[in-house]
Amino acid sequence: MSLLLQILSRLMTMAVTLFGVAVIVFFVIRVVPGNPIAMMLPPGASVEDIARLEALYGFDKSIPEQFYIWLSGVLQGDFGTSITARQPVLDLVLSRLPATLELSVMALLIAIIMGGFMALAGTRMRGTKTEAIVDVTNGVALSVPDFLWGLVLVLLFGVLWPVFHISGRVSPALDLPFVTHFYLIESLLRLRFDIMADLLSHMFMPALALAIPLAAVIAQLLKQSLKETLHLDYVTLARTQGYSENQVILREALPNAVLPTLTLIGVQFTFLIGGTVIIERLFSYEGLGNMAIDAVINRDLPLIQGIVIMFALIFTVVNRLVDLTYALLNPRLRNG
Amino acid sequence: MTVLTRRGVLLSTAAAITFAGSASTTWAQDIKELVIAYNVNLPSWNPTVGASAVNPTIQGLYQSVFDLFIAQDTDLTQTAGLITDWGWNADKTKVHMTVRDGVTWHNGDPLTAEDVAWSLERAADPEGGNPIQFIWSTIGNFAIDGNKITGDVLRFEPTIFKWMSFLTGYVLPKAYMEKVGADGFEAAPIGTGPYMVEKYERNAFVRLKANDNYWGGAPEFKSVTIKFVTDAAGRVAEVESGNAHVTLEMPYEEYDRLKGGALMGTAAPVSDIGMIFFNDIDAMTDPNVRKAAVMAVNKTAIVDRLLSGYGVPIDTLQTPDYAAYDASVTTPYDPDGAKALLAKSGYSVDNPVKFTIQTTRGFKPKDYEIIQAIVGLWRKVGIEAEIEVYEIAKHYELRAADTLAPAAFYNWGNSIGDPTTSTGFAMFGPSPHSVWDGEDLTGMIGPLWGEADDAKRIAGWKAVDRHIAENALVLPLFQYVQPILHAPGVKVVPHASGALLPHLMTRA
Repeated sequence: MSLLLQILSRLMTMAVTLFGVAVIVFFVIRVVPGNPIAMMLPPGASVEDIARLEALYGFDKSIPEQFYIWLSGVLQGDFGTSITARQPVLDLVLSRLPATLELSVMALLIAIIMGGFMALAGTRMRGTKTEAIVDVTNGVALSVPDFLWGLVLVLLFGVLWPVFHISGRVSPALDLPFVTHFYLIESLLRLRFDIMADLLSHMFMPALALAIPLAAVIAQLLKQSLKETLHLDYVTLARTQGYSENQVILREALPNAVLPTLTLIGVQFTFLIGGTVIIERLFSYEGLGNMAIDAVINRDLPLIQGIVIMFALIFTVVNRLVDLTYALLNPRLRNG
Repeated sequence: MTVLTRRGVLLSTAAAITFAGSASTTWAQDIKELVIAYNVNLPSWNPTVGASAVNPTIQGLYQSVFDLFIAQDTDLTQTAGLITDWGWNADKTKVHMTVRDGVTWHNGDPLTAEDVAWSLERAADPEGGNPIQFIWSTIGNFAIDGNKITGDVLRFEPTIFKWMSFLTGYVLPKAYMEKVGADGFEAAPIGTGPYMVEKYERNAFVRLKANDNYWGGAPEFKSVTIKFVTDAAGRVAEVESGNAHVTLEMPYEEYDRLKGGALMGTAAPVSDIGMIFFNDIDAMTDPNVRKAAVMAVNKTAIVDRLLSGYGVPIDTLQTPDYAAYDASVTTPYDPDGAKALLAKSGYSVDNPVKFTIQTTRGFKPKDYEIIQAIVGLWRKVGIEAEIEVYEIAKHYELRAADTLAPAAFYNWGNSIGDPTTSTGFAMFGPSPHSVWDGEDLTGMIGPLWGEADDAKRIAGWKAVDRHIAENALVLPLFQYVQPILHAPGVKVVPHASGALLPHLMTRA
């Protein structure tokens, strides 16, 4: 099968997956306890008042009817109107998505740097106390959940040594001359380093909290791969040719050992985006995850649907990108 | 291999200092711009529609920008606001209101009586989406003469003017809203309130600028930033680090830990109570069980031990600052009496009466722990209650469908202090908020809804509360106390409604 056909086939799979997610989320959130109309009933509301509010928000129709109306809208780019914000769901979701993507990518970069460094240090110093320290650090980083790392970071860098911002995405005092919601990227492109520093200062703790567990996973897998690669014949040959141990690890072993780690990073990235829900809440970071929690608390069904669909879209796109990247890097898969 | 050079170290250090230093730019020592870490998000700027319109916690934000029809003092008493004079005619068939002169909207336009009448009509429109429409629709056919408004009473509602200081009771700008539409108003809201919206980032913050022309006097802090920090640990960290000057609603232990140090604390009772609904099903149809369940609860001990003393035990659904509070109605702690009552129905510690109690966990301070303690107290007298934890959304749904468990913990707010919006809606069988369907109580409450004589009306509600207490139809627990932490440079004035209002804050 050609690469083009593979791409088309996977796009079809994506569409089916998204439809499945849409069906599940639509029906499940209407079946679980928690009626959005009951949430907004004032004291003394009569049966007629309840009926009037239900009709106003379209909950007076059967669930299949509601689904048909909603799906028809979605196919035309209308995801409905948020019950709490009274704004189009798509606008709300798209305005928050960049914050979550920037945070996730930053966390991923930190995780790669930290994990890569620990893997290389552990491999270079294998059999020594340094390797043991790396292994113990990995163990601790993995066993503590990201939100707990968040609390530790708040205590350390927010309270005891207050050098980073504790909450939000950017300082309210700053005026942002931006046209997109990708503040970090736009501040870089516009050479507004003052805003960029402020954004990074807000982003650092949540990104680090998200990155620490992933860094440990990367370190563990990459170190293992490196160790296995170091026993291969071509690496031994490189040693006999007089390469130093650092050169052997970085130039010869690393390019091969990194391949399985790349796949893992892709898969873990989707988990990392899922982790933003709690971390964004903890740091009051104005992303999609924080909005998701409010939507669930307020039973804002249209907004919950929009956010879940967006998360599902991100997950499927990232998974497909990982597949494609892996296929491009590995000719056996490309032709298989 | 990368070699660590001196130049590299210096560059990295400089970058780190610049990066980290940016955090300290807002930590002003003298308070020029007041920063408040608020406990809820503001989903919408329209205070009259949607779920946020009936969320009591958000009202403090709305009241910073918009004015209520009738203002409310910090002790819940009504006072002249945009409407300076109000009332009915002698036979209660007409209402009259006088609109304050000289008030301007944030865009400089003058407030008119037409704005007020339009806001009332808009709130009463069944298609408008105002959740309190059923109250606003009780008056209409307004006529304007200068700054005087008269209207017809379409259905007598004794609390109509009290609602003018409560949920959705805001005056909105007619001409501006018609010009910019709902989306335009959401993007650039204006009111007549003490602060103007300067910048708003959804889910993040709102920056407010003082309205120096405010009819109630210009606020002392000219610039206020309200950050939405929904996580309690985050809010505490904000004030502890100096990133914010004021915050509210943190665990009482944290409040006690911090108030004596670099921060100051204010803790005052608010119009929010903890209570346990009794649904008249299963064991709760037995008066002995209900009365024993009430008598076995030591409210003072619960407040002292679980709420660190921050609460006021109550015996009816009225708190001491409500209009129908009657100190003579009491339900004393009496575990021996509870045992005796249960014995009359054949129950004992060895043969306990069994039912389920529902509660939230973490929705209100120590909610689950309080129910655990109550279940422990009940066990000692012969009541075995099984705890079921649910989300607050499920509570609303079950209550509206009258399918709550025999006992269910809830908190009830009533920031106008009227008995209709506490005992009335919570205990009147036909109300979707009540799960007690006893006809005797419905019969007592029914005539009070339309009682035109206020003294008679309040006396009637007191009699209802006495009947409820004597028959143990509900278990009132305590009035909540709102903890507020603030920097020493700010003087915070708490409001009994629970609204944290920046225009009441001054420099210490």
